[in-house]
Parts: sequence; C-alpha cells; structure tokens
Amino acid sequence: METGRRARVLMKGNEAIAEAAIQAGCDAYFGYPITPQAELLEWMARRMPELGRVFVQAESELGAINMALGAAATGARVMVSSSSPGISLMAEAMSYMAGSGTPVVLVNVMRAGPGLGGIGPSQSDYFQATKGHGHGDYRVPVLAPDSIGEAMDLMATAFELAERYRTPVMLVADGILGQAMEPVELRFRTPERQAFDWALTGAAGRPARIIKSIDLDPEVLERRNLALQHKYREIARHETRWEGWRLGDAEFAIVAYGTAARVARSAIARARDNGMKVGLFRPITLWPFPERELARMSRQLHGILTVELSSGQMIEDVRLAVEGRCPVAFHGRMGGLVPTPDEVLGALKALRGRVERTRAASGHSPAAHDRGTPSTNGAGLDAGARPGGRG
Amino acid sequence: MERSVVFAGFGGQGLLFTGQVLARAAIRDGLEVFWIPSYGPEMRGGTASCTVIVGDEPIGSPVVDEFDAAVVMNLPSLRKFAPLVAPGGLVIVNSSLLGDLGCGRSDVDEMRLPCTELAAQGGDDKLVSVVALGALVAHLGWVTRESIDSALREMAGRKRPEVVDADLGAFAAGLQAGAVGQAA
Repeated sequence: METGRRARVLMKGNEAIAEAAIQAGCDAYFGYPITPQAELLEWMARRMPELGRVFVQAESELGAINMALGAAATGARVMVSSSSPGISLMAEAMSYMAGSGTPVVLVNVMRAGPGLGGIGPSQSDYFQATKGHGHGDYRVPVLAPDSIGEAMDLMATAFELAERYRTPVMLVADGILGQAMEPVELRFRTPERQAFDWALTGAAGRPARIIKSIDLDPEVLERRNLALQHKYREIARHETRWEGWRLGDAEFAIVAYGTAARVARSAIARARDNGMKVGLFRPITLWPFPERELARMSRQLHGILTVELSSGQMIEDVRLAVEGRCPVAFHGRMGGLVPTPDEVLGALKALRGRVERTRAASGHSPAAHDRGTPSTNGAGLDAGARPGGRG
Repeated sequence: MERSVVFAGFGGQGLLFTGQVLARAAIRDGLEVFWIPSYGPEMRGGTASCTVIVGDEPIGSPVVDEFDAAVVMNLPSLRKFAPLVAPGGLVIVNSSLLGDLGCGRSDVDEMRLPCTELAAQGGDDKLVSVVALGALVAHLGWVTRESIDSALREMAGRKRPEVVDADLGAFAAGLQAGAVGQAA
C-alpha cells in the first residue's frame, strides 16, 4: 500500500517531461509536431496558455528553434522539443546559441535514422548530441535519463545548467521513454531565477547589451573561443553525472544509458543468477562523459560490454576512457529495435568466453583478478564481439 | 519478480485503455509497473497492442524475451503473440471473434472467452478487453479486484461517467468467467 510513500501517479514520458519543464518555470515553448514526441507538444499546447505562458507551434523546426533563440536572448526560460530529423533541422541554431551564450533547453525523443528513418526507439543520435549538430568549436551538455521519474528531475537540472553556464542543454530520451507510462511522484523543482547581466530587457537607463556570435577580428574571436573552452572545462569538472549499480565486486561491466541501461539491468540480474559478477556503469551526462570514473572502474574489470540502440556510438567514448585496460565489446540493435535481456546476456557470456580464452592462451588464470593490468588483446576482442558492426 | 502481459487486437477494442487500468491498479497495490504501447501510424480497425510489466522492484527492461500472459482479441494478434508466451503462461483468446481457433500449444494455459457476449452481460458489448482483464486477474491475481474497480472508476469516470457501470459489469463478468475457467 501507499504507507510511507509519496503518492505515485501513472504518467506518460512525453507528458511528464512537459509538465516537469512547466513546473521548472519554462516561460516559453516552441515546437513542431513529430513522432514519437508529439504528446510533449500537445501537453504544452494545452497547459502553457492555461498558465498565461507562451506556446507556439511554429511553421517548421527552423522556425521553432530560432524563436527559442530570440526568446532566450531576453532572459526567458525557454524550451524546444523534437525527434531526430527535427533536431537535425535545429542544428544550425544550436551553434548560434553556443556562440552567443543563449540558454535554451532542447529535448530529443530519439527515433531511428538515418534520414526520415522510422519512428521506433533509437539512440543513434549520440554522435549528433555529443559531438555534432552545428559547426564550430562548441559543446552542449547532454542529459540522458533512464526512467520517466529521472527525466522529470533532469528537466529542472537542464534549465539550471543552461542558465548557470549560458549554454544550450539537451535532454535525450527515446521513443520508449517518450511513449511509455510509469508511476512517478509529482515532485518538482523550480530552479531559482538568476539576475542576468546579459539579457536583452530594454536598454533604457543602462548601457546597451549585445548578444551575437559574429566576431570578424580573429584575435577577439579566439579570445571568445578560449572563454568558451574554459566554460566547457568547468562544466566537465562540476557537472559530470553517472550511476553505478552492482559494481562493487564486478569483474565485468555493461556501459549503457537510457533505455539500453534498463535492458542491461535485467540482463545483469540474470547474469548474476548465473554466477557472473557483472555491474552497470550508466552515464547520465553523455557530455561531459564520465571518463575519469569509467577509467578508474576499468582497472578492476576483465571486460566491458557497451549496449546501445545504435551501431555503436558511445562505445568510442568508452574506449577512449578505458585506454585498452580491458577489452570493450558491443551489442546493439538498430532501426527501432531494442535488444532483449537474453540477447544482452548472450553478449556478456560471449565476452567472458573470449576473455577466458585469451587469458588462458597468454598464461593468465581466468579466475585471477588482474587489477590494473592492461589487456593487450582488447582490439581483437572488440571486433569479434560486435555483431553486424558499423559497416 | 516481474510479470508481463501483452494486450493485442484491433484499434478500438480498448486494449491500451485496459492496459492502463491494470497499470493503475498495480500502483494502487503498491507495485511497480511499466506500460508501453506499440505506437505508430495506427488507426481504428488496425492492429494495436500494449505491454504491461508488473513487479515488486523498479522495472528493468521495457522489452521482454517472453510474455507471462497474452490477451489476443483478433487473428493477427493470436498469430503474433501466442508463440511469444512462456511455457506455463496464459493465453486468453477472444472466442467471439476467433471462434474455434486457438494457439495450438499444449505447454500454456489457454482460456477461451466469448468476450463480446460477456461484455454484453455487463451492459455494453464493446467492452471486450475489460472482460479479458477480469479473466486475467481471476487467473493470475497480480493485482486486487478492488484496485481494478477503483482504476476503472477513476479512468472511465473521468471521460464517460455513464459507462462506469458497464465497465465494472464487464470486469465482473470476466472475473467470474476466469474463476470458472481456472476451476475447470
């Protein structure tokens, strides 16, 4: 029963994200409908006018994101949402937001690509979210919840980060998190309003402020870039988030985020029943990626399995963090399909088998716990354990 | 422990609604639950399904390797989902539409229910999925009857208060049919 527990209600992911944004103080929402995030826009269409706030269904994604850029320049708390193809259309403006320091929160409920692709759940926008979208030397903090409740918490965080660092911030979900319903506690957080000394609020009685990304003087532009890079180092130092689960005695770990991390949890429970010591390392910020924490963890591991709803994108950051200390294998599905727990369990067993054979061949005892010993065979293992790898 | 059921049939048979009723009842019983629809360019008369996973701990994977139970309301659903039920699981077949057709498996419990006729007894012959939910609850007992009643009142009452009694009637008819099916 409900004793000792806050009341929980059943909410759909897209609607919960929208309501969390509203409760976080979102002043203005701009969007354009696309599956599988349409309910987010619908919720905003109903709720924002009720509250006397701004809702605009723009003429296109380009319209929506540039309206958001303009609204954010006035210091308003602003949000847009879309799904993969729509985010591609917004990419140019994200570069301008990064360059001009305009805080906007973007939600990408990812679907399978490339191109129009399909409407099934996917994580194939990892590269886009963490390394891509627009041009120029810039970064965007990316938050990746694995439950509807966490998505709600992270919406407030997204606005906080956006305003604290004057940057666009992206929250990535996928079609499953957007479409599913889960019990959630109606527990919201409204980040405190800061007094912005940059916002365009009308210059009467004070010097004019300028928000722009253009600087034709190379010296000036480099200084601005250096300031941006300093900001990104600060974000990496203070805002990296991840969660570990059953890692204490783990010899193997799955690295996965979002929906893939949930599949991984079920697979890990089964693997533990089979006597395998496996844990989960779940990045919550995809950028900044928790590389130091994963590097430290990799010293105790015999092998890592990365699971994604893609051909393998985050695995590149995993490998960079692990630096060959242990083999890194991959399992993923594409096109809107989701690996099942048994599939992931199979990939874990295959990884363990390969590690044991490699260790036996090189004179290691398979049971030995070689803390800190780099594996020299990681690269070969990678390729073998990667079904249908990126072709 | 996690238990999973898929409700599948035609759009308009109330499958997504019924899955949500189960999900709300699970919350009322203090359980964890996850509801996920098949989504896409689907319409009335097309196929529709949702999966509900109920557990004591927060739900892990939103996709399952096998279902513990399947409610199949039409032929495409029978063909697609009956083979995905775990051995020892339950298949509820809507015999009002499927006649004598069954899943043809001896390793699962098959319950054949004339859902349309039972729903009519309850007061509205359209509430076929709610009948199936009654039989499911009678057979598997994942949630309490009281919690389903409460969820039906809450969900049906919000939009169409006039059909609450028929929903409760359809659920009761399914519950009774399911209990008989279990005894047999």
